[in-house]
Amino acid sequence: MTSKIHDRAPGDSRVRARSELLVYAIGLLLAVILTATSFWVANTRMIWGPGIPLGIAVLAIAQMGVHVVFFLHITTGPDSTNNVLALAFGVLIVALVIAGSLWIMANLNANMMPSAEMLPPPQH
Amino acid sequence: MNATAATYAVEHDELMCAIDEQHAPKRTVVAFGFWVFLLSDIVMFSALFASYAVLVHDNAGGPTGAQLFNQFNVAIETACLLASSYTCGLMSLAINASRRGTTYLLSAMTFILGAAFLVLEVSEFTSMIAHGAAPQRSAFLSAFFALVGCHGLHVTAGLIWLIVMMAQVAVRGFTQSAERRLLCFALFWHALDIIWVGLFSVVYLMGVAP
Repeated sequence: MTSKIHDRAPGDSRVRARSELLVYAIGLLLAVILTATSFWVANTRMIWGPGIPLGIAVLAIAQMGVHVVFFLHITTGPDSTNNVLALAFGVLIVALVIAGSLWIMANLNANMMPSAEMLPPPQH
Repeated sequence: MNATAATYAVEHDELMCAIDEQHAPKRTVVAFGFWVFLLSDIVMFSALFASYAVLVHDNAGGPTGAQLFNQFNVAIETACLLASSYTCGLMSLAINASRRGTTYLLSAMTFILGAAFLVLEVSEFTSMIAHGAAPQRSAFLSAFFALVGCHGLHVTAGLIWLIVMMAQVAVRGFTQSAERRLLCFALFWHALDIIWVGLFSVVYLMGVAP
């Protein structure tokens, strides 16, 4: 009769409480490792300088993924489809806003004519 | 009279669940709505992140991030917020198991760690302003205070919310509505930690990196 599987609330999990503890512990461990690595990347001289911001960005995105999976319990299961679709749309808008702003502003800066106050004062 | 209203609300909830089993339970609907709100909040933060990234080099001859930021302070703040996110997750488990004592203990730990984060952030802001790095000094500092200050305001709101929820649990116990609100609070608190990951990476670590 009730064969339909209900959607799961974001933040709710379908696993038992005992293994839930383990899920949070794994999430904390991964988050600590990723945070420590990004602090190390920011201070080390072993990495080529211009690559450091890229490394920090990759570690940050990985840590956000760990938080979403282990703390918010967003999974790819069929009962979580609506949550994942909403998240995907949010990520799309965030990527458009951030990458679009940076791209447009860098382009404007590169093409900008030097304004009057930026030019050296006229010779009399 | 309030008790009658509460009993009626609970009976009404159960009745509605029983009537249309093909509809999702109210817990799912409420949490999904809050999830959509959180995503829109993150979209708002992305606009603040974008303006910070555009303005980060426009310091008008004033102090730069590398001169202002104290990495040790940021590391302690990060540890506080991550630990409070963890205790908040454990609190959700205690609520699902209807354990009141454990819930109070873990919510107190979540509150103390969140408050420690806030104290560190406010002391950082006041020392920056005392050294002449106020929001009106440069476009970089305006964007910095808007972005980090907005996150700090969210944490403040979360702490007030947590106190209110613990008062509700103390007075009325684990009602269905209290459990729904605590689920939303946990989502909110974890989302704030996700935004902080972006914050300490983009603002502080990229700001001090050589």
